[in-house]
Formats: sequence, C-alpha cells, structure tokens
Amino acid sequence: MPPTDEVLVHARGLTKRFGAFTAVNGVDFDVRTAEAFGFLGPNGAGKTSTMRMIACSSPVTEGELTVIGMDPRSQAAQIKARLGVVPQTDNLDAELSVEENLLMYARYFDLPMSVARPRAAELLEFMQLAERAGDQVEPLSGGMKRRLTIARALINEPELIILDEPTTGLDPQARHLLWERLYRLKQRGATLIITTHYMDEAEQLCDRLVVMDKALIVAAGTPRELIEQYATREVLELRVPDAARAGLNGRLDGLAERIEELPDRFLLYAADGEQALEGVHAREIPIESALVRRATLEDVFLRLTGRSLVE
Amino acid sequence: MAVIAGSRGATPRVATSVLAGAARMLQRNLLVYRRTWRGSLFGSFLTPLLYLTAMGIGLGSLVASGGSTLLGGVDYLHFLGPGILASSCMQTASFESTYPIMGKISWRRNYEAILATPMQVHHLLIGELSWIGFRMTSMATVFMIVLTVFGIPRSPLALLAIPAAVITGLAFAAPIIAFSATRHNDSGFAALFRFVVNPLFLFSGTFFPVSQLPDAVEWVAAATPLYHGVALVRGAVLDSMPATWPLHLVYLVVFLGVTAVIAERLLRRRLVK
Repeated sequence: MPPTDEVLVHARGLTKRFGAFTAVNGVDFDVRTAEAFGFLGPNGAGKTSTMRMIACSSPVTEGELTVIGMDPRSQAAQIKARLGVVPQTDNLDAELSVEENLLMYARYFDLPMSVARPRAAELLEFMQLAERAGDQVEPLSGGMKRRLTIARALINEPELIILDEPTTGLDPQARHLLWERLYRLKQRGATLIITTHYMDEAEQLCDRLVVMDKALIVAAGTPRELIEQYATREVLELRVPDAARAGLNGRLDGLAERIEELPDRFLLYAADGEQALEGVHAREIPIESALVRRATLEDVFLRLTGRSLVE
Repeated sequence: MAVIAGSRGATPRVATSVLAGAARMLQRNLLVYRRTWRGSLFGSFLTPLLYLTAMGIGLGSLVASGGSTLLGGVDYLHFLGPGILASSCMQTASFESTYPIMGKISWRRNYEAILATPMQVHHLLIGELSWIGFRMTSMATVFMIVLTVFGIPRSPLALLAIPAAVITGLAFAAPIIAFSATRHNDSGFAALFRFVVNPLFLFSGTFFPVSQLPDAVEWVAAATPLYHGVALVRGAVLDSMPATWPLHLVYLVVFLGVTAVIAERLLRRRLVK
C-alpha cells in the first residue's frame, strides 16, 4: 500500500519540558497513513520524548498533537488501543514464557483468548519465534527479544507502529531480518514511525524523515531530497600525507561545492567525484588514497548535527 | 495469512472499567504464581508451625499461668497464634510491596510495557492490591488450618480472622507501594524492614499485650495498622471480640483507602512523565 495523503499524526508547536529542561521545543510534523516516517538525530535530540508523546505515554507540555484523529490529552486509552509500541529497551515480561508474553499483552488490550491465541501463533510464526513459544524470555538472544517485542506490539493489530531504535545492538543478520519484516508490515498498510541513528536503516525503511537536533527539527524530507539539499550527489574522500598537509592550504579550493577538513582526511562534496579527483591530480596535490562514493544520509546528518560527540 | 497491522475492520475495544483493568493485572500475577505456588503455600504452613511450636509451646511453657489475666484469660499459645497470623500477613504483604513492585517499576519495567496499552495507573495499583489480597487470603486460610490443628480457634467466628488478616496486610501494602514508587534502588527496603516492619512485629501486641509497654510507646503502637489488625484477628480467633472492634475496622479501612490514594499519585508521578 503506497503512502496516502491522509494525516495520521499531526503536530504543531509540540513541546515537552521536564522542569527547566526543554526536550522538544515546538516541532511541527505530519505523518501520513501507510508511510514509514523517521526521526533521526543524535542522542538527546528529543526523538524519544517526541515518540513518547505520540504514544500517549508522556503528557504533552504545550502545542497541538493529534494521533489517529484523537487528542492524547483526553483520549489516551482509545489511541493506545490502536497503537503498537516498541520501546528503545526491551521490557518483556521475564517471568512469563514467550507465548505468554503475547497472550498476556493481548489481555491488556482486552482481547479475548479466542482471538489472542491464533494471533499469537501467527505472530510467532511471522517473527520466526514459533519454535521458542514455550521458552522463557531470558535465554533468548538480543535479536529474538527484539522480534518478540515487535510481535507483542502487533498483538492488537495496530494501525500505527512506533519503533524507538528498533535495531540498536543487533547483529547484521538480525537487523536485516527485522528490516524485511518491517517492510512487509508497511506493505500491508501499517504506518510506521521509527527513530534511529543508523543512516542506512533510515534510507532502507523511511519514506520521509525529519532530522532533530537540540530539541528542534532541523531538516525534513525524503532521504533523496535531504541528500540533494544538504549534500551533493557524490563525495570524494581524500587522504593526504601528514607532511603535505600544511603546505596544502587553499590548493583544493574550487574543486568541489563544499570541502570539509577532518583530522584524517578531506571530504570534497561534488556532483561528479571523478571529475574532482582529476582536478586533484591536475593540481599535483600529493595524496595517499582517494575514494569516490555516493553521498549518503550520513553526510546530511553530520552536516546538520555536527561532528562533535554527544554524550 | 491475515493482515497483521493496519486493519480497519475491527474496532479495538478499550478496557475502560477499573475492574477489568485490575483483573488483567491480577491475572498476570496469577499466571506467574502458577509456577511458584507450591513453595509459597508450603511456607504458609511452615511459618505458623515453627512459631507455635517454638514460642507457643516451648517459650509458652515458661510463661507462668499467672500471666493469663493480662493475656485475656488464655494461655500463651492461644494468645500468640492469632498475633502471628496478623503479623505474618503484615510481613508478606510488606515484602510483596517492595522488591516485586520495584522490579516492575524500574528493573524489568513491566509497568512501562503495560501502560503502553489502554491500561492505566490505577488499574495497576488495584490489580496489585487485589493480588496481595489473594496471597493474604490463601496464606490466612492455611494459617487457620494450622491454628485449628493446635486447637486454638474457639468458635466458627474464627473464620472472620481471615478477612481481618487480609485487611491488615493490605493496610501495609498500600503505603509501602507508595514508598516503593519513590525509590530508585532497593537500599531503602532494608531500612524499612529493620526500622518499621520488624519493630512493629515485636511491639504491636503479637507477643505480649501492648498495655505492658510504657504509655508513650503504647500510643505509637496503637497508631499502626498492625495493632488494630491484631486486635481484630485475636478477637475473632478467641471469640472475644472487643467492644471497640468497629473502631479497629474503620481505622484499617480508612488507613488503606488514604494510603492507596497516595500510592496512586506517587506511582503516576513515577510512571507517567
């Protein structure tokens, strides 16, 4: 099912404050039905706080928020009945078995056992957990726990699925399996809201995304649009011998639209990386190595949110 | 395979009623209890058995029969039995309101998971109190069987000791859940047991009449729920219900109600940010 024009989540001036600290500072966004919408940003940018407000787990401090046409302030339970929430850290019930986790969660949604049992069996199958149905949760691998958490979030057949860093800490196999399953959910018409700081994940999954930094949305668009707007089509990565570095000053100017100097290399943002490299050779600039690659969301992300470490 | 997400057909139901919500929480705890009930029931047999043998019979034989006027005209075994019932309920209810609640708030974060569904904070609280009430009921029932084996109950009125013991336990559960909701680690719990629960166990009329204490201490003891619980349980078991029983009952019910409201506030403050 392709994304539609129908708006499922609508936010204007959405703000979250904890005492004097502003976690989300007046953000605007619209999530459309049947799209995968991403929140990108460094740690502490306000992604999780935004997600928690959408999930009606955290009261809105200020601003306008509508989720599935309802107001979280007065209709939280009704909204939650139609949401699936995958939190950043798994909070499975360690005292119950894999299957019981799903059945009990169905009960919290007031689903009768006659509905919950076949649905749980189907979801365990879908998430490749059927063989572990009777096992305890604790010995499961990280990837399995994550899949079980997602299966649990699907037990009420949600229209909107909110995933906070769904693949953080998973190995590549587990990540790819999850991506494939999330893609299938989207194909079936579910709307996904995803936070991540993996740019490849955002490019794989998200139809549209916003980049958050310091409690604000600093950019919005499709992955392609963001790359076009904030980066160039290609990037030339140059490594220069340390000795030559000092004498370089200014000699790269004009070879690319934008040049970024890093401690270990130069990044030349250009429409045509090979052409930029030819220019480097023509100017007889000494180089250790050169790599031309396509610009990615990671370039956009680093440009928008800076390279300094967020801790 | 059926559509898993994004289905528009079914209107999801919302568990709006408090009873339904609380029943879910109770159901979850019973599901876990299915694996551990044998051990816990065995403990419920063992505790009164040990106390009544060691203290009721062993120590009791040293307590001169001359003391029986102070004990209300009964021997020490009869005096001790119902006291141990009430205070064991206090201890179990207190324990159930500390580590397991803390675990669900912050270690395993069960409540966070549950609150992502239509369940609400007061559903959780009432569910947990119902669960503790269930534990108290089964424990008090086992206790009554042991007391009966020792020939302690005087009349069928003794059965009223079961609800009295349950209310006593709950009157501790609610304020201690409130306390747990404010804790960020378990270091406060050792202090709670050392400075509150265990002293109450010793000084609230379980082992000797509170009237034996200095007046000031007597008043402190009388302000705690255990004192009132012991009075009711003992009155029921020994068929000697004091004329003041409505006061004891009202005290326990009001104490439970007020602390439950506080517990709900504090849990909400902790869980909904």
